Formats: sequence, structure tokens, C-alpha cells
Amino acid sequence: MIRVLVAKPGLDGHDRGAKVIARALRDAGMEVVYTGLHQTPEQIVDAALQEDVNVLALSILSGAHPTLVPRIMELVRANQMDDMLVLLGGIIPEDDIPVMLAQGVARVFGPGTDTNDIITYIRQQVSAE
Amino acid sequence: MKDWLTVQTGIRNGDKRAVARGLTWVEQGTDNGKRLVKSLFGSAGRAHVIGVTGAPGVGKSTLVNALALHLRQKGRYVGILAVDPSSPFSGGAILGDRIRMQDSVMDPGVFMRSLASRGHLGGLSRATFGAVTVLDAAGFDTILIETVGAGQSEVEIMQLAHTTVVVLAPGLGDDIQAIKAGILEIGQVFVVNKADRDGADHTVRSIRGMLTLATEHPDWMPPILKTVAERGEGVAALRETIDGHRQHLETSGIWHQFRRTQSEHVVGQVLEDWLLRHLNEARGWPQWPGWLAAIAEGRLDPERVAESVWHGAPYEED
Repeated sequence: MIRVLVAKPGLDGHDRGAKVIARALRDAGMEVVYTGLHQTPEQIVDAALQEDVNVLALSILSGAHPTLVPRIMELVRANQMDDMLVLLGGIIPEDDIPVMLAQGVARVFGPGTDTNDIITYIRQQVSAE
Repeated sequence: MKDWLTVQTGIRNGDKRAVARGLTWVEQGTDNGKRLVKSLFGSAGRAHVIGVTGAPGVGKSTLVNALALHLRQKGRYVGILAVDPSSPFSGGAILGDRIRMQDSVMDPGVFMRSLASRGHLGGLSRATFGAVTVLDAAGFDTILIETVGAGQSEVEIMQLAHTTVVVLAPGLGDDIQAIKAGILEIGQVFVVNKADRDGADHTVRSIRGMLTLATEHPDWMPPILKTVAERGEGVAALRETIDGHRQHLETSGIWHQFRRTQSEHVVGQVLEDWLLRHLNEARGWPQWPGWLAAIAEGRLDPERVAESVWHGAPYEED
């Protein structure tokens, strides 16, 4: 059973995208923990740790990813949660993507991504573990 | 964290990551998970296990959050297991109980895990019993179990919890009628949540009316409390009442017999597990589709097929 935490870090108040993803992953047979809006990096990593998820899917639309993602990845490493796949979705400018990947994000999914691509990617990565 | 001994030792030391991984193994039902529950069972049995059940929307998650905060103020270590239903179609689930537990789950003395029911009926998941053992062995002295939104038949919680709290809210239509047969019989404490709404006193009176007719509790008359969990109102009294019930269990000797009483249920659970595994295997037999068609057409006795499933081997054709 694949377990995913869909998390909304920071101050942006739009979680339609996150909910669409959560629903699609559920319909693909995954267990999706959703924690709601306005989560701090500490809350997110703590939830991921206690729920022992295979995948942490972050949704950021506010443009705050250059500060939020490094902090989240720092906490992930500090807790030695290196077997967890971290994905990033939302509005991430093209130039920032390599920076996010260098931080340890496995893949960035932009607006308009087919949810089937995300599902396929997660299944491949988790079964490869 | 994949090594069995690291996880087992970590759980005994209350390490949250080890607890989390242990719970995953227990949920998966792997050999690692079974071995873990077996090895931890001896150090468990100390925690007060409290079930929180009731219909969807009555505020169970919010109440569990408020209760956990109060228990922490009293220096207790709180484990929370919240069960949500799995989709019968995809097997997936949305586990949303953390949304309403934000205040308590960040406390270092609280551990919270969402469980999907994974097709298990009765309001819990198959792994809940093992999960309680893990949290108990990890040193959480109070364990709150939130069931799926329950109706009349989700009464399995009484097998697991020392104290079952049934939560209702005013204005849910014919709510008392809906719970009178199943859930009303298993509550040791009743809570009318959202008590700032119209009709709260009416709901309290209806429960009281039902309880005075009941005969299940010869020496414990279930108290009925009013709470507004969102604002924390009435939650201190609820905690005191729950502690009072524990005291009652200890003085009456029920506490010490509890595990024994539970054992029969646990055996039944294992048996159910085995049978389901047999059934899943049988679905892969080449005879299976033909048998189903034959049963549907009245040419084959379903008991004959069930016997094959029971024995784990297809019967020989005459």
C-alpha cells in the first residue's frame, strides 16, 4: 500500500490543486493523508514522520518555495527520512526547478500535469525502492 | 529504518520514527509486523485505551484533539489512532483527521497515526489491535482511538477500548433512534458535542431516557456530558469522567480481566484473517469462475465451494 502526505506549506490559501491530486491518488488506490492549509515545514515533516509515508507531495502556489523547500528538506535529512520520495507541485518558475532538484526534490510537476503521469511516476519510484 | 532490531529497540525507547515504522509493518501484516507485536505484547497492557465513536460530523476529531491537549496538561503521554474508511472501489483512502488535530499533534508528547479501514468492517482496521500494542509498548500511557463515522454496527471498539466514549451532536435528526440498538449499548461515557447548538438538552434527555431502560451497566451508570470541543468547553470534565471510569474498572477488577476478555476477540480476528487469505487464494483457482456461474444457476451448493475455501484446496469433481 502506497501512503502519500499531500501538504500545503506556507501562507497561500488555495488548495484546489492539492485536493484534486489527493482525490486522484486515492482513486489510484493510494492512502492519502491530507493536513489542510497553512502548514509550517516542522508540521509537515513531523506528520510525514509519524504517518511513515512513502511520498511527500508538496503544493506551493505562493512563490515561497525558495525558502520553504530548503527548510523542509533540511528537516527531512535531519530525521534521516531518506527513503521518502519528495515531490513538488504548483507554480514553480522554470529557472527554479534545478535548484529544487538540487535540494533533494525528486521531481517538479507544473500546472496542467496529467494526474496519471504523477500516479505512474509514484508507482515506479516506490516499487523501485 | 529497515532493521527489525533497530525498530523494536527504538519503540521501547519511545523513538517516534521507530514507532511509525513499526506501525507500518503492523498495518502491512508482514512477518516483521507480527514478530514485532508478539515481542512487544509483554511490555504492553499498561495504557488506558479510550475509544471515541459516533456518527460522521459529530466532532470526534475535534474532541480527540481537545482531549489530547488536556491529557498533556496532566503530564500524560498520548497516542492517537484515527481510522478513516477505505474506498470499496479503489482501495484508496483520504485520511483527513489530522486537519482537526493540529494543536495537539505538534506536542512532543503526542503521537498520531491515521489508519485506513482497508475493507475491515466494525469501525476499525484490522491492524488497530497491533497498533495499540506498539503505542502502549512505546510508553504512551493514554491511547485514543477514533473510529470511522459509526452507525449501529460499528461496535468492535468495545473489544479494544477500556472506556468507550460515544459522541453525539444535537440536531442530527432522529439520532437517538439511529443509535439505540448498537452503539448505545457500548458507551460507558456519552458526550453531546456542539452543545451550544439548539436541542442539546433535548439530546441529553433522550440519551438519559434510553439509558434508564438499559441493563448493560449494573454498576456503572454512563454519565452524559456536554462539550463544545472547538472551544475546549466541557473537556476537563470529560477527562475527569474518563479517569473516573478507569478507577471503576480497577476497583471492580474488570481492568485486570480485560486482556483475557479481549483474547477471544483476538483469536477470532486471526481466524478471520486466515479465512480471507484463503478466499483471496481461491479467487485465483481455475475452477473459480465456473463455480460462481454454477452457484448462480442453482447447479452447485455454495457450501461445497466454501468447504474448499476452508480447506485451502479445490474439491475433486465427482
